[in-house]
Amino acid sequence: MKSVVEKKVLALNGDEAVAYAVKQCDVDVVAAYPITPQTIIVERFSEYVANGEVETAFVCTESEHSALTACLAASLTGARTFTASASAGLALMHEMLFVTSGCRAPVVMAIANRALSAPINIHGDHSDTMAQRDSGWIQIYAENAQEVYDSVIQAFRIAEHPEVLLPAMVCLDGFQLSHSVENVNVLPDETVKNFAGIRQFPKVLTHEGKQAPLRLDPENPMTLGPLAFPNYYFEFKRQQEEAMKKALEIIRQVHDEYAQISGRSYGDGLLDPYFLEDAEIATVCLGSTAGTVKTVVDELRAEGVKAGLLRIRAFRPLPVEDIRKALENVKAIAVMDRSMSFGGHGGAVFHEVRHALYDSGRRPFVVNYIYGLGGRDTSPMQIHAIYKDLQEIVEKNHVETPIRYVGLRE
Amino acid sequence: MQSEEWKFTAKDIAEKPDLFMSGHRACAGCAPATVMRLILKAVRGPTIVTMATGCMEVVSTIYPYTSWAVPWLHTAFENAAANASGIETAIKIMRKKGRVKDEHVDVIAIAGDGGTYDIGIQALSGAVERGHDFLFVLYDNEAYMNTGIQRSGGTPLGASTTTSPAGEVIPGKLEPKKPIADIMVAHEIPYVATAAPYYWRDLITKVRKGLEVEGPAFLHVFAPCPRGWRSDPAKSVELSRLAVETCVFPLWECINGEYQLSAPSKVIAMAPQKKKPVKEYLAVQGRFRHLFTPKYAKLVDEIQRITDQRWQKLLKKCGLA
Repeated sequence: MKSVVEKKVLALNGDEAVAYAVKQCDVDVVAAYPITPQTIIVERFSEYVANGEVETAFVCTESEHSALTACLAASLTGARTFTASASAGLALMHEMLFVTSGCRAPVVMAIANRALSAPINIHGDHSDTMAQRDSGWIQIYAENAQEVYDSVIQAFRIAEHPEVLLPAMVCLDGFQLSHSVENVNVLPDETVKNFAGIRQFPKVLTHEGKQAPLRLDPENPMTLGPLAFPNYYFEFKRQQEEAMKKALEIIRQVHDEYAQISGRSYGDGLLDPYFLEDAEIATVCLGSTAGTVKTVVDELRAEGVKAGLLRIRAFRPLPVEDIRKALENVKAIAVMDRSMSFGGHGGAVFHEVRHALYDSGRRPFVVNYIYGLGGRDTSPMQIHAIYKDLQEIVEKNHVETPIRYVGLRE
Repeated sequence: MQSEEWKFTAKDIAEKPDLFMSGHRACAGCAPATVMRLILKAVRGPTIVTMATGCMEVVSTIYPYTSWAVPWLHTAFENAAANASGIETAIKIMRKKGRVKDEHVDVIAIAGDGGTYDIGIQALSGAVERGHDFLFVLYDNEAYMNTGIQRSGGTPLGASTTTSPAGEVIPGKLEPKKPIADIMVAHEIPYVATAAPYYWRDLITKVRKGLEVEGPAFLHVFAPCPRGWRSDPAKSVELSRLAVETCVFPLWECINGEYQLSAPSKVIAMAPQKKKPVKEYLAVQGRFRHLFTPKYAKLVDEIQRITDQRWQKLLKKCGLA
């Protein structure tokens, strides 16, 4: 796609790319608490605040729980809000993640993915966000710093869309993305500001019988966050699910619209396939690992091996139908999980991809590779070995070990 | 703070529309519900209320009904002050950016003793340290009443609750109340005060002062709970008077670090013979019933001793001892 705006390339690490995008999105309130490997995001952003480069109120809270609470309350007061976290910080927010989605507050949060304790470990894996996959947040996983930048900008539009109105996480692999400096094409401030636009509010019926924008406003009193008994609670939850379905469409729309102004796209915004059309063997993964896998796919293709990759960009909402269509003609699939679901027979991504394929008339072999926990490196050689395994599975027409571990002392 | 104190008559208050409306499902004799009504009588303009999980939250916002005629937000138990931080910050920046009407909005956070002394203290301490302009009202009914009378850091010494029951070897709660208002004073915020619903005029005035002050303000309101205290539902407001008259709950203000007794307690400071024994206060509450058996009778003396000690400390802080 042809770029339609002037080019400006900055050397940014993933965290800095987040901060830069947030700076351009005319955010009203940022409330946050530091945690490695997210800290650079809030450090850079507080510099923007200190230098008067943004019209944003920055609240340095005493915990992640309060950081998300403050964002939630500010969001329900009408502000565009942003926060960032990781690992233990995200775990501390757990309660408020559900409240935020339940209150339909479109808070945007960047997560520099990091392992959960114990043992304590500051390095990257997906344990933190996978543990929150049922919290009602949109989850977008980025492959590189460029996509991090682009995704944060898109996230505000997606989350705040009146038919979505759900909080959104943009996930970047701790250290691999958060701390690695890359060339990032940034858009002009005005372009981003216009794209992000001004937050719109859906009108709701107040208890006074008036139609009013959904927010805390002294002119239109509204009770937000009430108690709902069994006679109403269930409907609230069902509505959240409808909003998630709607989000599938809006993520694609916003992605396409952004592609028009930036010249950059990531598959259709939900899934990013790589040499998948005629692939006989394929891996499925999230995040930065896709970069390594693509290199390996290139090498295999050069050798004439029909290898492919499906990178899931939107894990919540999960484009189940699209995953089925993308993978059902592949013979053997390796799903890569960078977190564990203890006692659950494989990782979360494996569960969901296998689930998506259940309704397919064809039943490709699907095996699970758990890798990279606590920041352990995953090499091209190891990815080659995975494709080799897949070739064997196809040849033998049989899977011996469905759950496997990459680069692990056994 | 405004130099002139807000003057009002009982008629003014009676004529002011209720912003905490009837129809809620509070128990008979619930002092916290009376306290809510009084707090909102002090509202001076555009106001947003946010509340911690607790009795007053659950009785007043059962979907699709509400008792609140002001914008109102509940998100969780431990974070009323963090809600207030977010609301206050959002209003400020959005006014600056022209996103909302350019007018001041008062923010009131309300929580019970659980949501203040215990699970809510971190968010509260953080919010006041950051200097947000809001009033935090603690309605203290001295236990987790919403979940069925469990002890909190605000439960007094000797009280029997469902998690500090008076038994054969343990006489109810073994620890005195945490001095929460003094802890808030230690944060060096501009306004801290205590109030009780019997002295409704004093209470309303203090709410208004808390709103008028720039920066964080903290108001500790004594709020008897007849269900949890095993007291006569008709006597809840009187019980709040007795708590003041026995100096179990003295009324005071601390403005910019300067303590001063409020009139009902000052009267006792000036005429100590008016100070009633704590026994009178304890005797009318079933939660202290076991203290009137020979086995635990000594605890009444201990409660009197601690009450006197705290009163003396307060008098010193007020320059009266």
